[in-house]
Amino acid sequence: MAFPAADIAGIWATVSAQPHAPAIELRGVTKRFVTPAGKSFTALRDLDLVVAEGEFCAIVGPTGCGKSTTLSLISGLEPPSIGDVSVLGEPVLGVGKSIGYVFQRDAVFPWKNVLDNVAIGPRFRGAATSEANARARDWIARVGLAGFERYYPHQLSGGMRKRVALAQTLIIGPRILLMDEPFSALDVQTRVLMENELLELWGTSGASVVFVTHDLEEAIALADRVVVITAGPGTVKSTYHVDLPRPRNVAEIRFQPRFVELYEEIWKDLRDEVLVSYERTKHAVAS
Amino acid sequence: MSARSTLSRLSGTDLAPAPVAEDRDVARRRARARRRALIIALRIALAVTVVGVWEAGTRIACDGVDTASCVIDKFFFGQPSGIWAQLVTWVRNGTAQGPLWEQIVVTLEETVLGFAIGVVLGVIFGVLLGRNRLLADVAGPYIKAMNAMPRVVLGSIFTIALGLGMASKVALAVVLVFFVVFFNAFQGVREVDRDLLANARILGASQRLLSRHVILPSALSWITASLHTSFGFALVGAIVGEYLGARKGIGLMIATAQGTFNANGVYAAMLILAIVAILAEALVTRLEDHLIRWRPNAITDVTI
Repeated sequence: MAFPAADIAGIWATVSAQPHAPAIELRGVTKRFVTPAGKSFTALRDLDLVVAEGEFCAIVGPTGCGKSTTLSLISGLEPPSIGDVSVLGEPVLGVGKSIGYVFQRDAVFPWKNVLDNVAIGPRFRGAATSEANARARDWIARVGLAGFERYYPHQLSGGMRKRVALAQTLIIGPRILLMDEPFSALDVQTRVLMENELLELWGTSGASVVFVTHDLEEAIALADRVVVITAGPGTVKSTYHVDLPRPRNVAEIRFQPRFVELYEEIWKDLRDEVLVSYERTKHAVAS
Repeated sequence: MSARSTLSRLSGTDLAPAPVAEDRDVARRRARARRRALIIALRIALAVTVVGVWEAGTRIACDGVDTASCVIDKFFFGQPSGIWAQLVTWVRNGTAQGPLWEQIVVTLEETVLGFAIGVVLGVIFGVLLGRNRLLADVAGPYIKAMNAMPRVVLGSIFTIALGLGMASKVALAVVLVFFVVFFNAFQGVREVDRDLLANARILGASQRLLSRHVILPSALSWITASLHTSFGFALVGAIVGEYLGARKGIGLMIATAQGTFNANGVYAAMLILAIVAILAEALVTRLEDHLIRWRPNAITDVTI
């Protein structure tokens, strides 16, 4: 059986590309939704985004610019209208196995206690209950919730629920970690604590992270790279490399001159988009 | 801790009077206790007044010949002492169709069976149609039509088809319970939090696991909300079924009392029914607390 030369070249290209394939690749992606009123709404337009293996990439942008949509495309929860999304070199056709997703709102199951919440991922994936529970206990301890195994989510504080969500996500060992404004509902002190813990956990996991936030400080403090998305329909406006050394302490890094420099630089970009978005909401309210 | 308690003991007995804040709490607690006692006293007074006026009305201004001459005619409206006498008779000598406890047990059995079958069917169909859009769209109009119909009339059909035994009552109770639970389960499935569904899918849940771990528990709070109503409906189904034709049961006691113009008998049976319903209601509440113990107000204490 003979392959046409072009095909062989193609196969070779994909095979050789595999080890160096970026963790996440979005090419020319447009995503439209149909609103309940029956109108078409474009959330993303012609978006290109590449995230390398082990990279911590933060996405900032004004409200409603399609940041969350980007995550749902990468996770496979939603297909793009136009364009290609691939994760770990494979095109995304459904919900991927190697993906972890921390939601903005509490998405822990309120009818399960902490232990069952954390153990549910492994159990969904076919692990025996005893093994899943043992691993869950380990992760609960790692996020500092040892002793709270039998508590239900409503008995925990917002920060503790977030820790449960983190443990629930990280226990499955995701190679891609998607985070949608995970700490936005927390108070400032808890948030800094959680950010530091996230960096520590990420450091040991080697996962590629896409971290969506509207908080530029948070983005710079955490990420290797900050991507600014335009006011909706969203597309990449600019990309900045954050050359701050690791390990970082989120609480203190904000005072470094380089941090302030980066902040000013990126904020100039972001401000325009925020203003555009703000003007639109004002008009929407007025009309 | 010990130093503090010593201090408070000292300040309480030897030194200064207790702090003002503590005083207010004590006073507040006392006021609450007083209020509770007042409410209970007023409740008893209300019952005594109503029963007393009723009883007195059947004895005032009577000419000694015709009960119709009294303020309240006990022939039509009954009389508390007569109701009590009727209850005593039933307990001591049994009813026209057998011992009293047997009637209660039969009605309860029909109610509980009808309730259980109705709930299970309602949940199954509710979840099935809630999960399957096509099925819901196809079956929707028929279910609405069946729900619009006053289903008590089905009792006649069931009595004809299933006879005077327990089956016809259970069937009527099932039909009454089913729709209440069905609509709640259906709505509950439709209202599942989208983030929770997405989270479960990301964590690797198959469709079957999704139903079991996310959709059913989420719908449970809707379903349990319907249990109180539907237990009442189950009791209605059993009683109406017995009323339409039966050999045993509280409904039959009421029908018999009505047939012999025994107003006291109807009231006495109603009283029994009310007590049975209140006890059953307490059991349903316990069941509900167990099913949704993860909800904030359902939890009393957690020990680890």
